[in-house]
Amino acid sequence: MTRQPRLSKRITSFALIAPLALFLAFFFVAPLVTMMKTAVSDPVASIALPTVSAALDGWDREGAPPVEAQQALANDIRNVSNDELFGDLVRRLNSAKSGFRTLMTKTRNAVIEDANLNDLVSVDRRWSDPGFWVAVQDAAGASLTDRNLLAAVDLQRDANGDIIDAPEGTSANRTTLFRTMIMAGIVTLCCIAVGLPFAMVAASTTGWKRQLLLGAVLLPLWTSLLVRTAAWYIILQDNGLINLTLQTLGLTNGPVPLIFNRLGVVIAMTHVLLPFMVLPIFSVLIGIPKNLMPAAASLGAHPIRAFLLVLLPLSLRGVVSGALLVFMSALGYYITPALIGGAKDQMISSVIAYYATGAANWGMAGALGIVLLAATMILYVVYLRLSSEEVRT
Amino acid sequence: MSDAFIHFDKVSKAFGIVTVVDNLDLSIGRGEFVSMLGPSGSGKTTLLMMLAGFENPTSGAISVGGKRVDALPPHKRNMGVVFQNYALFPHMSVADNVAFPLKMRGASRSEIVERVTKALDMVQLSAFHERKPIQLSGGQQQRVALARALVFEPEVVLMDEPLGALDKKLREQMQMDIRDIHHRLGLTIVFVTHDQTEALTMSDRIAIFNHGKIEQIGRPSEIYDRPKTQFVAEFIGETNLLGGKVASSSNGVLNVILDGGQPISVASATTQEPGKHVKVSVRPERIELDSPGDGQNELKVRVTDIVYHGDHLQVLVDSGHRSFVVKATRKAVAPQVGQEIIASFSPEQCWIVS
Repeated sequence: MTRQPRLSKRITSFALIAPLALFLAFFFVAPLVTMMKTAVSDPVASIALPTVSAALDGWDREGAPPVEAQQALANDIRNVSNDELFGDLVRRLNSAKSGFRTLMTKTRNAVIEDANLNDLVSVDRRWSDPGFWVAVQDAAGASLTDRNLLAAVDLQRDANGDIIDAPEGTSANRTTLFRTMIMAGIVTLCCIAVGLPFAMVAASTTGWKRQLLLGAVLLPLWTSLLVRTAAWYIILQDNGLINLTLQTLGLTNGPVPLIFNRLGVVIAMTHVLLPFMVLPIFSVLIGIPKNLMPAAASLGAHPIRAFLLVLLPLSLRGVVSGALLVFMSALGYYITPALIGGAKDQMISSVIAYYATGAANWGMAGALGIVLLAATMILYVVYLRLSSEEVRT
Repeated sequence: MSDAFIHFDKVSKAFGIVTVVDNLDLSIGRGEFVSMLGPSGSGKTTLLMMLAGFENPTSGAISVGGKRVDALPPHKRNMGVVFQNYALFPHMSVADNVAFPLKMRGASRSEIVERVTKALDMVQLSAFHERKPIQLSGGQQQRVALARALVFEPEVVLMDEPLGALDKKLREQMQMDIRDIHHRLGLTIVFVTHDQTEALTMSDRIAIFNHGKIEQIGRPSEIYDRPKTQFVAEFIGETNLLGGKVASSSNGVLNVILDGGQPISVASATTQEPGKHVKVSVRPERIELDSPGDGQNELKVRVTDIVYHGDHLQVLVDSGHRSFVVKATRKAVAPQVGQEIIASFSPEQCWIVS
């Protein structure tokens, strides 16, 4: 008897969370999974060369491959009727070993011309080199690859399958990733430097003053990110508000370079992310009992010592949450560095954007996305560890 | 009490147009336990805050041990303060909390350890020195706060309703503990409370505050048994106020005709003009039912209601002109509602209030 209402109750609960669950599934989980799959999937060769992989089974990867394998590859190449697929295949193989571009084109022409041609070595001497066959086997045999993930951190596999550094100058993802971390760190520190005193002032006032101070932080939060960045774009110009003021006051002779460099990006990002620092600190501060500072004074602490020993340590919890929020948001920033920064100030998200929309290399875009996600997750886990330790002690 | 250790001289405090403490004089002797009792907003906490240095008097002078302190910042006053909600530092362990005032005074590490251990022993919390305040019960937290306020051996300890947040049993235990510590260490304690029982059980003297002034100050028995004003009589304990007119006065006894026409006699040190309207206060527990004795004031009353309280009965009686409350001890034969009965009290157990 009790099962029936319980079941219907459970169905009701599920129905209530269904919209959210569906929304998350479609617009969060599904894109995330797709992105991750794109980053590691490598189906071109296995689609284009369906039979060669089976024919190469049992080959020792050193000597010349068996005749059946050559036959299967010739057949596979002959059967690729789609030029686009063939192009993708060549690009895929060429990225594993250079030389495939000419080799494949030559081979394709030869096998189409002679429908019975099975001896590929006669077409090109290179087919006697096991290295090319290894590349074919690796590409055709697996539909998953770590190539993009390795490339995202400037690594690649050599002919033996060992992971090595990518050649100097071919890729700068590590530099960009490192720069992204540094920029996010600098912005976080700036946000603490501005946000902590601000939150303390806001928490110590009451009434309209507090409303005004909080409004000053919240108002930008309600404005579009693009609008705020565009505003900084105007303010930071050589003949913008700041430079004009500095020159009018006679503090500088010429305009101070504020835009298209790192300084401008840090200024704009600090402003944009400041609410995420101020609000957590503020909420922690107003939760601190009002009588702690009088208590410290009554116990003989000078106001400055009381601040350093009591109020500051207690507000650190807010600083840590704020720093985490700011740092994580800053890691993924795109618009602000793109508009305000110069070429040397681009962060990892602009590289992702380049691969996604510029180079149409979704695999790399996805791989870089995974690297960014992993960095964020690691930070979050560290934060959880730290905060749970604080609760336990 | 001969040497005034703490002295408030015509101290006033106003917030805007609201006067919270009004031209107040108060002397507290060394080693004395003085409670400040009064309704909220009567100025007792403000006075304490001025003594601690968290508020500045608008006018007047405060001195401790003959020295003016009202210009000193709180951290230089060397007074232990126990706050209402303990005000323990949540990020420090119990031991660090207690060590805080010693560190502020630059005590050596070994001295800190020794004195913290002693202070925690005193409040029976040595086993908890590594805990954080949040891991302690309310009573334990309050004992830590007490240890912290006492560890640097201040001459004056101020307590702002320190037991308000504790339940009844714990509060009574803490009252005994604080009394005990007061006697042992010979501290001067100024104790703010709105709990009259607390004030009565703990204090050497009680100051009753009302509207920024002290209505009456005296030993607990004086305050309870001889309240000078109607406010004090009603604020401390329960009381019956009987209106009447002075008929004559002789040899420390006033003859008063109550508004209903019954004559009663009231012991009084002061004489009053005949014909003057007065109020006579008599405590409910001072009235006897149905056992008239010699020289007693007697009123004929009818029982209108009886409320059972366990250890006693609260009997509401009506003399025809007014109703009043009698706290009757439990007897074999309990009065019945509607019963006509004699209520009596001796002239010494009633007094004139202004």
